[in-house]
Amino acid sequence: MSNLLNSYFVKTHKLEISITIIAIVLFLIYFLGAPHVFTRFPIYRAFMQSMPFFGIIAISATFVVTLGEIDLSFPSIVGITSLIFGMVMTSTDGNVFIAFILATSLGMFAGLVNGLLVTKIGIPSIVATIGTLFFWRGLVNVISQGSGIAIVDVADGTWHHMIFVEKLFGKIPMQFIWFIVLTGLMQWVYRYHKFGNHIHFVGDNKASAQMMGINVDNVKIIAFVQLGFFSALAGIFTMYEMLYFWPTQGEGLMLTTLAAVFVGGTSVFGGKGTIFGTFIGVLIIGSLESGIVALGLSGFYVKFINGLMITVAVTVYALIQRRKN
Amino acid sequence: MAEELLKLENIYKNFGNVKVLKDVNIKINKGEVVALIGDNGAGKSTLIKVITGVHSPNSGKVFFKNEEVQIKSVAQSRKMGIEAVYQERALCDQQELFRNIFAGREITNSFGFLDIKKQRKEAEKILRDYIGFTSKAITVDSQVMGLSGGEKQGVAFGRSLYFNSDLIVLDEPTMGLSIQETEKVLNFVKGLKNENKSAIFIDHNIIHVYGAADRFIILDRGEVVGEFNKEEISREELVQKMIQLHESGKIKVED
Repeated sequence: MSNLLNSYFVKTHKLEISITIIAIVLFLIYFLGAPHVFTRFPIYRAFMQSMPFFGIIAISATFVVTLGEIDLSFPSIVGITSLIFGMVMTSTDGNVFIAFILATSLGMFAGLVNGLLVTKIGIPSIVATIGTLFFWRGLVNVISQGSGIAIVDVADGTWHHMIFVEKLFGKIPMQFIWFIVLTGLMQWVYRYHKFGNHIHFVGDNKASAQMMGINVDNVKIIAFVQLGFFSALAGIFTMYEMLYFWPTQGEGLMLTTLAAVFVGGTSVFGGKGTIFGTFIGVLIIGSLESGIVALGLSGFYVKFINGLMITVAVTVYALIQRRKN
Repeated sequence: MAEELLKLENIYKNFGNVKVLKDVNIKINKGEVVALIGDNGAGKSTLIKVITGVHSPNSGKVFFKNEEVQIKSVAQSRKMGIEAVYQERALCDQQELFRNIFAGREITNSFGFLDIKKQRKEAEKILRDYIGFTSKAITVDSQVMGLSGGEKQGVAFGRSLYFNSDLIVLDEPTMGLSIQETEKVLNFVKGLKNENKSAIFIDHNIIHVYGAADRFIILDRGEVVGEFNKEEISREELVQKMIQLHESGKIKVED
């Protein structure tokens, strides 16, 4: 046992192991407290259905947070790209290729704007992305004039609807499969690609990274651009699930998404993080609401317990970090 | 006749309205160790950053191995054979050693994915052979934050040797080190000459500089105000010159 605890894997994956244990304990509480709900499949199907919408963004946002930066604008990027997707889908009679390319390109463009504001103009990311948060949402309101767009006629029953959100074997929502695949891919990039490596160095110490020959500005810009892309993608998934665009789409994603990243153990100070942790963070944050209600507590507890989880988690990580230094 | 490695001609560098380097001319030969000395704000750091490609000069020419070059990035200067060893700042604390050693020039496949195995193997070689770490506590998977100042400096040196550079640029290599560690660093600098490698280094401590360097270049407010070979000047005289410069703002040139 002590061998196991001292092994290389355990030593280098302390965060991942702690967060996994927390998730297991949480699900045990659900299981014991509400067996009538948690011994049956539907609750898990509901989780698999709803978690990917913010989960995909959380995985992608882990890159930006590891840089020591933040992006608050993604809820509005989801809004504007979903709007464009809906408009193009209805006006081209369901041409998914054009709609997909235009929506994701716009998402990347929005990310590029964030990246340029932060690197070339030098605005702190928290301020720059508050600006673009309002800007893109404002544009959604101006263009949509407050009304929604139904894509049910051009999307329901199509092959793209099938590969985006229908159920595999009639049980597993496709968006969850995509979420798992993207998580795996992003984990690989995060740890084993040059880009992921540079993300860590820039987040750790910008000046050192520059002296080691890393192009700090480019790394940051690409990080914001990929977050723009994945925000658009998450918007498209949501559109297929709901078959409807509504002007507030994306609002309400901000806190759950960032909470998943921080609860997952990615350092607020930059330089260290974990994609796997964010994935577990998504499972925790995404299950809290149903879990709490199933346990018999009133819905009023949801925010309270959410807040408690986030505060305790970031405090623990900050303490671990301080002890190391 | 010594063979010339690096030559800077009429280098000017401004940051906005501030003229940091004014008409700087220096030359470094193969197998020569040059010490750059001067007060804070004299332009030493800027000058070496021009050499390593962190900053581009506003005007002036740079020659490396007798060819005119424009050093536009750190990556380019490294490719040419110029390697910087920056005090501590050269490494990122929370990242593993094997990642630090190859930061900015990772060993990758054509899709940009790291060859972790190879990086770890090569890093291991650098730790054991080039630096001579014998301690079991330091491995290629150690984070930099657990290392002492001297160990960090050792890693930075090992890295420069491994990449087989011709000119090694040392920024304050002995700052914050213990006496023993300082000794190691100075020995390393002396050892470079045996391999016909050149070095340029900045150090506040004239005693260190004097022991390790062949030639001294004194900078003051962005200009080269004095240049001495070691045989021309004793340590005491050099110290006197620096004090003089500090008090009067100029060096008395004896004829």
